[in-house]
Amino acid sequence: MSVLQALDIGLAFLVFAVAAWTIFAPGAFAATVGYVVYGLLLSLVWIRLFAVDVALTEAAIGSGVTGVLLIGAAARLRAAEAAGSERSLSGPSRLLVAVLCVLVAVALAGVVLLLPDQGPSLAPQSMQHLPETGLGNPVTAVLIAYRAFDTMLEKVVLVLAVVGVWSLAADRYWGGAPGEVRAERPEPTLAFLAQILAPLGILVGIHVFWVGADAPGGAFQGGAILAAMWIIVMMARLTEAPQTNAFWLRLAIVAGPLVFLVAGVAGAIFAGGFFAYPPGLAKPAILFIETFMVLSIAVILPMLVAGPPRREPRQ
Amino acid sequence: MSLVVDLFSIVAIGAGVFFFLAGTVGLLRFPDPLSRLHALTKADNLGLGLVVLGLLPRSESLLAALKLVAIWALVQLAGATAAQLVGRAARRKGTAL
Amino acid sequence: MTSATLAGLVGAALVGLGLYGLIATPQPLRKILAFNLMGSGVFLVFGIVARKGAAAGLQADPVPQSMVITGIVVAFAASALAVALVLRLFEAAGQVTLNPDAWTKPPGDGAQPE
Repeated sequence: MSVLQALDIGLAFLVFAVAAWTIFAPGAFAATVGYVVYGLLLSLVWIRLFAVDVALTEAAIGSGVTGVLLIGAAARLRAAEAAGSERSLSGPSRLLVAVLCVLVAVALAGVVLLLPDQGPSLAPQSMQHLPETGLGNPVTAVLIAYRAFDTMLEKVVLVLAVVGVWSLAADRYWGGAPGEVRAERPEPTLAFLAQILAPLGILVGIHVFWVGADAPGGAFQGGAILAAMWIIVMMARLTEAPQTNAFWLRLAIVAGPLVFLVAGVAGAIFAGGFFAYPPGLAKPAILFIETFMVLSIAVILPMLVAGPPRREPRQ
Repeated sequence: MSLVVDLFSIVAIGAGVFFFLAGTVGLLRFPDPLSRLHALTKADNLGLGLVVLGLLPRSESLLAALKLVAIWALVQLAGATAAQLVGRAARRKGTAL
Repeated sequence: MTSATLAGLVGAALVGLGLYGLIATPQPLRKILAFNLMGSGVFLVFGIVARKGAAAGLQADPVPQSMVITGIVVAFAASALAVALVLRLFEAAGQVTLNPDAWTKPPGDGAQPE
């Protein structure tokens, strides 16, 4: 058995064990911490599958930002958990559910084992048209050039999620800022971390976005890193969450899908098809669209984590 | 020459792995959160530093080597902050976390 | 057994585990956690499909990879909305259980009629 095979088997066992801990842990807080660890281990599995862009996205969004969201929620729901008015499933029902879930897992495992060694693939076509897009990273080309419509709709889903979260506010709080009224002093330990990490993190985020045209990276990963920097500055109370009726905030949230849609329609006018890019101008157009995508993602993710407005709007 | 470099890498990474192991044993065996934090931060920062040291001769360029050192510095920053916060929370709530 | 097959089997096991957690744990927040686990297991099965499509000098087919990236972002958006709903319910009613018996008794303090 080679070293890499041993690594793969060990990683597989570890991922399954941490996932089992997440399901069976005694408290919600412990389960959430287990989920963050699970996400990071999953990124290693994605690297072993040679999908580095997916590994970056899983570490940044799947484990990082989702982890912040869930840990905050678990901490706030501790009182509900202590009240303990839950009714668990009875023993025989639990056994039946376990047997059925094992059946589902076995069926999926059978499908996985029956896959042919070399399946149908769109890789040749992706690589064939890659020079026309001017990009070097085929995954970015698929996201922004070949399947640009999907990515635009995904940005619209993010905007809808923000609208959904904001609409949960009480009527008198509509337009206010999320989060409780903070104390005036910044929290010292987190302020130290934020003041050192945020400038560096912004640089790393922009670099990951920019280099995604030719190497693993891209708009989602870079935008998630920028979002994390704003989240940590807000957690350190160095700045307050903005009011949700602020025009700049709403413009930044909508800018990504709006620029994307305008580019698609402009393609119909100037380049002969919806979301077609004019030849020779493909890479500048793609980078232009991606810049606004990064802005939108960096603003939407912290707003989703901050939650609905909980203070009355000023003025 | 490359044999010396390989040997240095193996020794440094091996020492780093030993410190990670020691930190994990401390996490599992120490009685309360503050001593577990002590084991984690001391052992893991030194462990990661030794692993990075062992990888430095094998990096392709000076920029890659600087990135490795920057990663170690960032992990230390994050680990120190997290240890401070967890320690403060542990002391405030008694020993149960 | 290649690394891709192993990852696919882990994905299948995670789907089963997540499904059990979704059905059997009573607290809503942990149901959201189990749902995320199930989703990442499905993405792993997608990953093995991508790896088996290695061709033309690439190690993995880029189209399933971009679908998984889209899926991770949409799963986060859905989780954020679900968590916001759970927190708002707790804020408005003082409890966040799915147990129907707990709702026929008068709720604890914290209930604010809007």
